[in-house]
Amino acid sequence: MSYTAIADQPEGESHDPDTFITKYIYSQDHKVIAIQYTITAIVVGLVALVLSGLMRLQLGFPDTFSFIDPTNYYQFITMHGMIMVIYLLTALLLGGFGNYLIPLMVGARDMVFPFLNMLSFWFYFVSVLVLMASFFVTGGPTGAGWTLYPPQAILEGTPGSGWGIILMLISLTIFIIAFTMGGLNYVTTVLQARARGMSLMRMPLTIWGIFVATILGLLAFPALLVSAIMMLLDKIVGTSFFMPAVVSMGEQLNYSGGSPILFQHLFWFFGHPEVYIVALPAFGMVSDVLAVHARKNIFGYRMMVWAIVAIGGLSFIVWAHHMYVSGMNPYFGFFFATTTLIIAVPTALKVYNWVLTLYRGNIHLRPPMLFAIGFIFTFTHGGLTGLFLGNVVVDLPLSDTYFVVAHFHMVMGVSPIMVLFAAIYHWFPLVSGKHLNDKLSRLHFWITFLGTYAIYLPMHYLGFLGVPRRYYAMGDTDFIPASAQTLNANITVAALIVGLAQLIFIYNVIRSLSKGEKSEPNPWQATSLEWQTPDFPPKHGNWGKTLPVVYRWAYDFSVPGAKYDFIPQNVAQEDVEPEDLEREGLDQDGGDGEISSEGVESMGDKT
Amino acid sequence: MKIVIVLILLVIATVVFHFVSPWYFTPIASNWSSIDDTIDLTFVITGAVFVLVNLFLAYCIYRYRHNIKTRAHYEPENKKLEIGLSVVTTIGVAAMLAPGLFIWSEFVNVPKEAHFVEAVGQQWQWSFRAPGKDEVLGKVDSRFINESNPFGIDPKDQAGQDDVLVFGNELHLPLDKPVKLLLRSKDVLHNFAVPQFRVKMDLVPGMVTHLWLTPTRTGSFEILCQELCGIAHFVMRGRVIVDSEEDYETWLTTQPTYAETQNKVVGDPALGQASYAVCAACHGAQGEGNIALNAPNLNGMSDWYLARQLDYYKKGVRGAHKDDPLGQQMKAMAATLVTDKAVSDVAAYIQTLPDIVPKATIEGDVERGHSYFVTCGTCHGAKGEGKFGVNAPRLAGQHDWYLKQQIMNFKSGVRGNHKDDLYGVQMVLMSRILPNEQAIDDVLAYINTFN
Amino acid sequence: MSFFKTLGEKPWLAQTGEIPLINNAEQTILKGKTALKFFLAVVGVIFFLFTVTFLSRTQFPDFMALSGEPWQPFTNPVQLWYNSVALLIGGIALQWAKVSAKENHLNRALAGIIVGIFFSLSFLIGQLLVWNQLYDLGYVLTSNPANSYFYLFTAVHGLHILGGLVALSKVTFQFIRKNSLTKLSAGISLCATYWHFLFVVWLLLFALLTSSPETYKTIAQLCGF
Repeated sequence: MSYTAIADQPEGESHDPDTFITKYIYSQDHKVIAIQYTITAIVVGLVALVLSGLMRLQLGFPDTFSFIDPTNYYQFITMHGMIMVIYLLTALLLGGFGNYLIPLMVGARDMVFPFLNMLSFWFYFVSVLVLMASFFVTGGPTGAGWTLYPPQAILEGTPGSGWGIILMLISLTIFIIAFTMGGLNYVTTVLQARARGMSLMRMPLTIWGIFVATILGLLAFPALLVSAIMMLLDKIVGTSFFMPAVVSMGEQLNYSGGSPILFQHLFWFFGHPEVYIVALPAFGMVSDVLAVHARKNIFGYRMMVWAIVAIGGLSFIVWAHHMYVSGMNPYFGFFFATTTLIIAVPTALKVYNWVLTLYRGNIHLRPPMLFAIGFIFTFTHGGLTGLFLGNVVVDLPLSDTYFVVAHFHMVMGVSPIMVLFAAIYHWFPLVSGKHLNDKLSRLHFWITFLGTYAIYLPMHYLGFLGVPRRYYAMGDTDFIPASAQTLNANITVAALIVGLAQLIFIYNVIRSLSKGEKSEPNPWQATSLEWQTPDFPPKHGNWGKTLPVVYRWAYDFSVPGAKYDFIPQNVAQEDVEPEDLEREGLDQDGGDGEISSEGVESMGDKT
Repeated sequence: MKIVIVLILLVIATVVFHFVSPWYFTPIASNWSSIDDTIDLTFVITGAVFVLVNLFLAYCIYRYRHNIKTRAHYEPENKKLEIGLSVVTTIGVAAMLAPGLFIWSEFVNVPKEAHFVEAVGQQWQWSFRAPGKDEVLGKVDSRFINESNPFGIDPKDQAGQDDVLVFGNELHLPLDKPVKLLLRSKDVLHNFAVPQFRVKMDLVPGMVTHLWLTPTRTGSFEILCQELCGIAHFVMRGRVIVDSEEDYETWLTTQPTYAETQNKVVGDPALGQASYAVCAACHGAQGEGNIALNAPNLNGMSDWYLARQLDYYKKGVRGAHKDDPLGQQMKAMAATLVTDKAVSDVAAYIQTLPDIVPKATIEGDVERGHSYFVTCGTCHGAKGEGKFGVNAPRLAGQHDWYLKQQIMNFKSGVRGNHKDDLYGVQMVLMSRILPNEQAIDDVLAYINTFN
Repeated sequence: MSFFKTLGEKPWLAQTGEIPLINNAEQTILKGKTALKFFLAVVGVIFFLFTVTFLSRTQFPDFMALSGEPWQPFTNPVQLWYNSVALLIGGIALQWAKVSAKENHLNRALAGIIVGIFFSLSFLIGQLLVWNQLYDLGYVLTSNPANSYFYLFTAVHGLHILGGLVALSKVTFQFIRKNSLTKLSAGISLCATYWHFLFVVWLLLFALLTSSPETYKTIAQLCGF
């Protein structure tokens, strides 16, 4: 895979918007599309947040709320899960941040196929509408659990087994088409539209994360598409791809011979890479936030890139660790436990490198940095509990209990959302030209960080106890003490507080858009290209008359011998202002300016 | 600097929480204590990493907080450090994986001396089948499943004739003998999980899965379905009773064989008519029920349901609760039907009675009742017609005041909490979705619309 | 592997040598080529996964292959051979159109496109004929998994051809409006590649769908099902 620098977009293809419609609806500008994606994803995410609040109410205070019956409860958990994983996280991280950051960070004017990009958003929008429509059809949305396992997903006895599941599968199909259109754009832009001098290894880790995640998505979503099509046929036409001969509620059905486990294999062949489709962009973005606010280069950049690529590759051969107790051939357990635990190694290295980036840094504890630190903490916790579930025998008692729920919320709920907030707080000035209110941001951080830990730490212990997940009500059992209900009530209270605290964030964003303090260009003194646009915030076409030329990697922070503690990527070596003597003196006083042999070497190489 | 203190406090709080938490594994009752040991080992390793990484994180934030006088250190990478960390991590991971794989191979290889029992799942009940003297289970196919053959045993297969069938959701297992549980589902995915045994496995329609274990202490343990299997997933409960070997054998002999269930006595309506004279005193000559005597409607009720309830009354499963005076009356009356044959005769006679639509006595919001009934209708049928497949009785055509009484009884635990009431516990849990009297009236008003 | 070499670079070191610029025309082609490569990968994965599920499904007892015994419809699949030839000619015509466009032979290029479209449509109509024949013989969608898979595979493949036809017409109409032979050439080139890919996919599907139960068994055993 060789890289090519591109001079500029061809002439005659400019699509400067002038009317409201072309500017905001029929827009082909990646920045507008990114914001459309972001707003849609956040709105639909709020729906999912409310659903989670409702189901927490039922779990914390059973027999209290008459409007939550088992039918609704199972519909809530299903829609909550599906919306959060696909329609919020995937769409926001790739459609939102991917769209906004890729062209800016690699130094392109736009995505390479702007029209396709616009189409991608509108397909996504339609998929969301179809999904939301399922709330209003007879029988309501599907309540089959977000994994949609057949046979129960399409049989009577599951809520929404009529129109609910059909609309869900159709919506997923449309989403996958939207994602494929967007994804082709992202990879092609990264590979073919980088500015002169932007070699692959000079790209910020954000782009690496998004790039590899997009490739994962392109190769993994087909599995979901294939299973959705086959399940739709089973449901509507009556084929037997996944459906064995069954007697449903005492009635013989006309299916025969299909394999439900086959669906699970397909689903998790998509489902596991999906975890990394969410995680890798988050890994990338948090790396950049840490580096900028610690004024230090990301530690072990190459290791970080290798880890992203390795995790991406390995993520395709670990899927069956979701299926240790599914009844598949038990010998698979040996292989998948091994691959799963191997993937822990590059992941752990990333955690070490994030912490080592802070080590000997010069840390500004601004809101984005706080969220990034919160991410390291929650991700460490979630990653370590993953070692329990990945190890096949330990999974036996824990699978399908609240331990699993706590684990995956910690690792792919809380952690990516920590990064999303870090990223929003970090890039908000770039997008809007305004600063967010600092006090509100910090308040939002503390409630979210402490609150989510108060939710999920105790939840692991419910899992150890053996409390099964997806139970509408526990009722009386021999082995679950009454105190578990008290714990559940506390978890619910924490969850509601965290849920409400998100209103602070929304208020903060809306208020700052009009009344926020105006931000100067490049307020965090970052080095990457998106902050170096001639206009701030960047205008249509991003780069004015000429495209930037890249002379260095994205992490030239605190380079010894330079006047400022950051050198933007588009500053040539001869334009770097040398450090003045006064500054040097300060360094020695600080006692922290010693240069390791490694540092000297690399400096020597540079000059 | 708040974040530094908070991080340190969170690390301490997490460790303390772990040690003081009263919520932890239930005492083990199987041979799989090695799983618990692996978990302990995993805790030591991951706990150490958690504490070290986060304390170091806190240290870095404190020590290298922003200082105008200094600059960050410039260090793109440190190969030695990174390689060192990879090696240490790999060793840690291998230390957890190796025992894990070793124990898994034990789990995968079922001991040859293990005896075997089949657990059958369906929405939302358990039943069990043990081989007879021939030590072989008969062939099954879901195409053979019907009301008189719920296990779907091939009637032509000789091996199946002596299979011992357990229709209840309670399985007995002998102590200290390895057992291989063959798992089969009739409809959707289920999961056989007993927290005290530590191991679990899905039931998959169309195939037979298995797990094995050796029960190591006597007692009664709950089976929980742990794979979402539809709307009543959370009420799919069962029980494993671990017995001494003699008790187990005794229990086994009390269960019918397949051949016995096929030769079941057929009720004779003519004989039943004579016995019914006693019933008619309260329930009316046409079985139409009587509000003054608190007697429900009998006509239109399926024979399997009537037979089961009469059996429950006779055995004291129903009507034995001290707060159930009406049930106690019925218990005394049911005792007059001495044999199983007498019970099925009466049930058969009642089938011949004409359907009589009772008068509505309860008013409620039909619209709201409808939305509650979505859940009820899953088992009882969208028109309240009842479904044998899920053992749910007919509701349509029953007196609303009687249904109300029974829902109240389920809610208060007067009915359904007896350990031999196979499906009562489901109603105990399900009746909770009707939070108050108004809700009950609403749903009954909706059920009245079926008449 | 140059990709691994790239990953080994130390980006914080000084730049080694300038990266050459390339012109706009080349860039258009490169963009299209890269996107097409990834798109073909996506389509490839879709067919691959369908095939894997198919192979595992063949080993269930209720699977009745469509070939292998004289009375089965695909023991002698004449119509399918006709269709394959039609698709092959379609692909060759587009290849010819691509070469002609590169050499600035406008008329030949347009002729190639028309022939390509004609034979691709013939292929689709031929596939519909096969569906019709099967239906008349009583091999309906739900009667057996082998039938289900046959209809599914041919439908998905046909949809991809249809999509290709839409793209091809778009390329042609764009040429008629803007009259840029470079763009036409780039567009046809991508279409031709797509057609060859779908032809290869079709040949594999053809072989797969008309195999005998023994072949399935062998393949399934090789794959470890």
